[in-house]
Amino acid sequence: MSETRYSQDHEWVRNEGGDIVSIGITDYAQQELGDIVFIDLPSEGDEFDAGEEIAVIESVKAAEGLKTPISGEVIEVNVKLEVSPETVNDSPEGDGWFCTILMIEPSEFKDLMSEDDYKQFVSGLQ
Amino acid sequence: MTLRSPLHDLHIELGARMGSFAGYEMPLWYAEKTLAEHRHTRSEASLFDISHMGQASIGGDNPARSLERLVPSDLAALDDNKMHYCCLTNERGGIIDDLIIAHLGRDYFVVLNAARKVRDLEHLRCHLDDAVVIEHDENALVALQGPMALKVLSRFHPKICDLEFMTISDFEIDSVPCFVSRSGYTGEDGFEISMPAKSAMKLARALLEEPEVKPAGLGARDSLRLEAGLRLYGQDMNEDTTPVEAGIQWTISKSRRANGARGGGFLGQDVIFEQLANGVERRFVGLRINSNAPARNGTKICLENETQIGTVTSGLISPTLKTPIAMGYIDRGYAKSGESVYVSIRGKMFPAVVGRLPFVPHRYHYHVKLQSQT
Repeated sequence: MSETRYSQDHEWVRNEGGDIVSIGITDYAQQELGDIVFIDLPSEGDEFDAGEEIAVIESVKAAEGLKTPISGEVIEVNVKLEVSPETVNDSPEGDGWFCTILMIEPSEFKDLMSEDDYKQFVSGLQ
Repeated sequence: MTLRSPLHDLHIELGARMGSFAGYEMPLWYAEKTLAEHRHTRSEASLFDISHMGQASIGGDNPARSLERLVPSDLAALDDNKMHYCCLTNERGGIIDDLIIAHLGRDYFVVLNAARKVRDLEHLRCHLDDAVVIEHDENALVALQGPMALKVLSRFHPKICDLEFMTISDFEIDSVPCFVSRSGYTGEDGFEISMPAKSAMKLARALLEEPEVKPAGLGARDSLRLEAGLRLYGQDMNEDTTPVEAGIQWTISKSRRANGARGGGFLGQDVIFEQLANGVERRFVGLRINSNAPARNGTKICLENETQIGTVTSGLISPTLKTPIAMGYIDRGYAKSGESVYVSIRGKMFPAVVGRLPFVPHRYHYHVKLQSQT
């Protein structure tokens, strides 16, 4: 079973096999943002260091930069979000994935929170 | 300290996402979120809690004449039970606040922006030693907005239909004594209801029980007012913008203008008269943008060669038109309908067209169809 880990910035990262991970935002994040109306996605082949802005999420409220917790190259982008950004509201951890990344530093994935740790982290925010 | 509306517990019960606004904890959206609330307001009716706004009455020997020293509107000519959208101006002609002034019997009743009410009341009290200014923070204020608002409120009082846009009267709604005005800030037909805070829960619940009515938060209020071309104080205008620059010079009554019967006599008149006579360097316009991303407050308006010619003050993707729209200030030479310009969003240039406001036509109710107002 593929493992999902979480960042303090409310992103999820799922191991898709090999050194490839998919990333997106959590249900908590989409609830905080409100209606998402546009997502400025990266392009395939773009390379990012962890902590760099990989996408911009425009909600009705504000524009929020999404910083990748994982360094690597963008392999695939969920182009469906260009026409239906609301998919992230409807299915943040499913069809609302942002992109997949080929990791260059797999230890970054291990350093992220487990699902239980993330749940605890979020409950501490409320 | 965060202030709360008298309807706070109801918002929590309805699952509202709360956010701070002008020192108040107010609902940003409810379970269905902003876009659904926006669409519901355009097609049915929504209930907005706007209790954070300031409410005050101005009394005294001649409150209309007193207020006219601070407001360039003809309040002496404002009939009983009528309201006027006005600007409080400073010595430089800048807008201290935009507000509603209603004539109610001997007194005048004002509704002030939440973030400005302290400043406004201080300004009124400081300049009007001949008037009695009483804040009514014991009152709640809700807005029922949308094409079904009349039908809904008529069930509570059959005489509601006697009101036309920008009129106000007292009614008993669900045995609560209220002041009801036919007004709002969404561009739709609708009402604002001022009532004692202690009765607000009961009346809000009664309105929400009507099948056409759903609650809506400040997020939808913002997108609705933007589509309707209505300015937001603090974002689209401030103490450094005049009513002429902000494109609301129509709030300056003819009789108070330079050649009017009672011209002048208000703060900032020299600046405003000069601007009315000679025009202004920058004007407030609407923009339709050919992009996917919204152009938000602070976005630069440019020529193709990236020379800046203006700045966006409010912008979003219009839920009704499904395209990015914005409002902002632009150099006078480009403030023409149909003018092609660009906006720069995160370093990318997108074409935009200058156009008239509102983006979505107003649907205010007048008993007799008026000529278009200017």
